[in-house]
Amino acid sequence: MTVGQMELVCPAGAPATLRAAITARADAVYCGFQGETNARNFPGLNFSPAELADGVRFARDHGKKVLVAINTFAPAGRVDQWRKAADEAAACGADAIIAADLAVLDHVANNHKGLRLHLSVQAAAATPEAIGFYAEAFGVRRVVLPRVLSIQEIATLNRSINVETEAFVFGELCVMIEGRCFLSSYAAEKSPNLNGVCSPPEAVSYDQEAGSTAARLSGFTIDRYAPDQPTGYPTLCKGRFSAGGTTSYPVSLNAGGLIAGLKAAGVTALKIEGRQRGKGYVTEGVRTFRKAVDAIEAGGDAPEIDRILARMSEGGRRTTGAYKKTWR
Amino acid sequence: MARIALTLGPVFFHWPADRLANFYRRIADEAAIDRVHIGEVVCGKRMPFSDPVWPEIIERLERGGKEVVLSTLAAPATVRERKAVEELCSDGRLVEINDITALPTRFGQPFVAGPFVNVYNEASAQFLIRRGARTICPPVELSLAVTGTMARACPEVEFELFAFGRLPLALSGRCYHARLHGLHKDSCQFTCEENPDGLSVDTLDGQEFLAVNGVQTLSHQVQAFCPESADLLACGVTRLRLSPQTVDMVIVAQTYRALLDGAETPTGARFILSCLDLPGALAVGFPHGRPGCHVPDTI
Repeated sequence: MTVGQMELVCPAGAPATLRAAITARADAVYCGFQGETNARNFPGLNFSPAELADGVRFARDHGKKVLVAINTFAPAGRVDQWRKAADEAAACGADAIIAADLAVLDHVANNHKGLRLHLSVQAAAATPEAIGFYAEAFGVRRVVLPRVLSIQEIATLNRSINVETEAFVFGELCVMIEGRCFLSSYAAEKSPNLNGVCSPPEAVSYDQEAGSTAARLSGFTIDRYAPDQPTGYPTLCKGRFSAGGTTSYPVSLNAGGLIAGLKAAGVTALKIEGRQRGKGYVTEGVRTFRKAVDAIEAGGDAPEIDRILARMSEGGRRTTGAYKKTWR
Repeated sequence: MARIALTLGPVFFHWPADRLANFYRRIADEAAIDRVHIGEVVCGKRMPFSDPVWPEIIERLERGGKEVVLSTLAAPATVRERKAVEELCSDGRLVEINDITALPTRFGQPFVAGPFVNVYNEASAQFLIRRGARTICPPVELSLAVTGTMARACPEVEFELFAFGRLPLALSGRCYHARLHGLHKDSCQFTCEENPDGLSVDTLDGQEFLAVNGVQTLSHQVQAFCPESADLLACGVTRLRLSPQTVDMVIVAQTYRALLDGAETPTGARFILSCLDLPGALAVGFPHGRPGCHVPDTI
């Protein structure tokens, strides 16, 4: 579908981060309520309804939007808690609800008819049929694309659907199809789908052993570091393992260099991952991507975009993920 | 007391056509199974290999008195894969939906909502029941207790629990077998065929942890949930799913049938299963609301 200026959607794990992202000129922020209704259920993070209402006012004063993620799956017997979260988001004046559970989508579609629904990446809708179903059944207006599609595939997809698409461009990269992964609950009980938690902190240990540190989750060694190496968080799918004599390596997503391609593919919004991140990270990320998006909208060339994004590539292993088919 | 039925889930692994044919011949003739899922679920690229053998397998299974369910892809992406899903959904037999992609075509006709569809609660279940769901096999991480809460709220359909086999834990856009062999997914040479139970993934300390099967990640351990019929019926669960591994599935089915008929105790059933040539140790966490890798004390 045709698009105007691309929208920059940025994470807010706390009220201060929301203000930082808006101040750094994000077009929209996404956030969630405290507890299990959102997929970034970290201790000390997320919003109370009062904080969300404040955040929405702040964003509106700046002409920006707040998208509320209620994107985990309600376990049987507790659906009302998820419905209530959606009702509270609506009451706070949220511009959209990001959801994946059929029960939550159905509730919002039937009870908050004027409120925009965005389909969470947790719903893993990657085909015209699936996206068409969500659009028809619930009036979903935007789909956050699963991180399995190449830019060419996104372009083809956008030609056959009637809803906006949003694509991740920066941050942690889930290697697995989100919403379809039970690795965390397999090892450590809590899961992204049910608890909004992946590789829960209470299951993590860093064990000093002869000549190295083992980062473990529920006793499973996820990675091992030499004394001079910085240790990483043992997120399950980003570990190093042994299979057929080969190990795999952790990577994060940086598709900054592909923004022009995503725009050409018809993507409406670019999303930065990281509701668990602090103000500094979010401010820097938003500023940099704001500059890059503005430069592209103004017709900037590739070297200019690369210069803007250069500092985001420092440290850590980065990948463009599935946007380039070679990743597969 | 009502009888708990046994379902044989789809084969997740890339078994050659003659292996599939031989496997299902034995299932048709010898296995104490009521319903058999056939079809490729994990990787659309494998379909040209197995497609030619399904008609004969279906005929043989139906002749053997089995109800055949056509399972569909869990992550269809290409035009060919989407078309395959659509064609299967047009069949008069029962179809298993493993991705919402299949829903528009199957709308209003009976289907099984497979474990790759996120049905975690009664409202989602009812939404799908209104569109044709007849059996629901929830995601493997959901406990028996929570499944029971959902099942009791939806008495008009059957609920099925994933009882036996390596647990399907994740799907990815990338193919692990191709990567391990230094190949690209688009020219993978079907190396996943070398590991008919999946390829073991160990931690750097040599702990047995996961198994990969092309784009799929499974548990290294083999889930073996061995409940008594009464416990399942109390929760409204009326089917158990056994997921094919290379182990003798006729014996696995026989063991479960004996367990559900009260001719074998849970401990006895677990012992029989533990004696088989399984690709990993027995685990049973998810049905009890524990981590999926949890190993029971008794065996």
